Amino acid sequence: MSQPEVLNQEFTLGYTYTRSTGPVVGRFLTALKNRSIVGIKASDGRVIVPPMEYDPDTAEELSEFVEVGQEGEIVSFAWVKEPREAHPMDKPFAWAMVKLDGADVPMIHCVAADREDSLATGARVKAVWAEETVGFITDIRCFELV
Amino acid sequence: MTDIAIVAYQQSDCVSDAGATNEVELIMPVLQRTFAQAGLTNAQDVDFVCSGSCDYQQGAAFAFVLGVDALGAVPPIKESHVEMDAAWALYESILKIRMGHAESALVYGFGKSSPGELPIVLSQQLDPYYLAPLWVDTISLAAMQARMMLDQGLITERDMAEVVARSRRNAKSNPHAQVNGDVSADDVLAEETYVSPLRRSDCCPVSDGACAIVIATVEKAKEWGKPYAVIKGMDHRIESHNMGMRDITDSQSTRLAAAAVGVNDGRVDVAELYAPFSHQELILSKALGLGEETSINPSGGVLAGNLLMASGLARVGEVFNRIVAGEAERGIAHATSGPCLQHNMITVVEKA
Repeated sequence: MSQPEVLNQEFTLGYTYTRSTGPVVGRFLTALKNRSIVGIKASDGRVIVPPMEYDPDTAEELSEFVEVGQEGEIVSFAWVKEPREAHPMDKPFAWAMVKLDGADVPMIHCVAADREDSLATGARVKAVWAEETVGFITDIRCFELV
Repeated sequence: MTDIAIVAYQQSDCVSDAGATNEVELIMPVLQRTFAQAGLTNAQDVDFVCSGSCDYQQGAAFAFVLGVDALGAVPPIKESHVEMDAAWALYESILKIRMGHAESALVYGFGKSSPGELPIVLSQQLDPYYLAPLWVDTISLAAMQARMMLDQGLITERDMAEVVARSRRNAKSNPHAQVNGDVSADDVLAEETYVSPLRRSDCCPVSDGACAIVIATVEKAKEWGKPYAVIKGMDHRIESHNMGMRDITDSQSTRLAAAAVGVNDGRVDVAELYAPFSHQELILSKALGLGEETSINPSGGVLAGNLLMASGLARVGEVFNRIVAGEAERGIAHATSGPCLQHNMITVVEKA
């Protein structure tokens, strides 16, 4: 008896639609594409980066954008000795809460460093851009020590 | 306000890998023991059924529908589901009873976390534009929270290690625990860091399993003639999804929920806290104002086994067990959801 032909079809799991990111998230992502970082003023005047659409305390709609610096300081960090496959780096790195200059609220991103003890709370870091920016959070490839 | 009686609680063992056992097979033995404890035959004997689970664990849409197969839902039953921990299914069921639409309810939660890479799966509950695309995992987020507390001098690594040691020791008397034993704080501190500053022991294990509770009006519970404890209050509050916007060294939502249910209006004999990381137990104990008179996590808590989507309900069940056993008169159960204790629920359970 001859072997039956095995039927197969390539399949890629993914979202096959596009989403509008709206006036706030969209503004932030568009700024990233242009290699700048914007935040938004909360009801109490604090600058939130990345920007939020509504103030979590007052539920007020927010709209006053502010460009912030591309350097900032580490507020807290976690050292990842063994990166997971999904992680943005394949060698040890840190996740950090980074408060950018001109911002009052830290953002979470990754920090490239050779060793854990080269990092510290309060250390200065700067954004490193991806070679090609497309309007995505990963346009900031990582932060690194200044 | 009508008190609600808890009449039965059962859970499966917390196992690191249930293998080929599917969700229905995880749930069915637990439900059978729960029905037996309440003196019921099956799901037809209660007015309402509500479950808690998460499709992301199974990696399949509407996976909770499979769980309903464990009920034998023919003829049709009144049934609902929360895509959350089953503690929130208990909340829904209590509302159903208080609205007068039911006199009794079965609540169950289940999850098989072992097939996926759980910390990465959970990263997809984060902000979909700013965080989820980075795949920042839940352990790393908790590690940043712990470091912030250590930096500010709110806790020490020894405080964290002592939580682990007590949890392991308490878990020795819990037949369903996955991790237990005599481990000293020094032993924990001697361990190398995992996602620094956390050590592996500071993090709850990944567990598979299920648990279930039967609740009823006090009148119904008396009719059934089984020992019961009463739920005096339940409240839950949520904080911003933006972790930079909240003080992650504290738990404001826990404080608010605790105040709303009057946690400190009486002695708290026992507290079962859903703290997936050792430092989070310290945050919660402080936010709840717990003192020396309270036995915290006598079951070992989730550091001894974390039935994701059932652990919050299990906390209520553990407090119920201690009250009907006469070991405690008043206790509180805490459930959490979201990264770094974003959403918290407090339940006060008292002796009938």
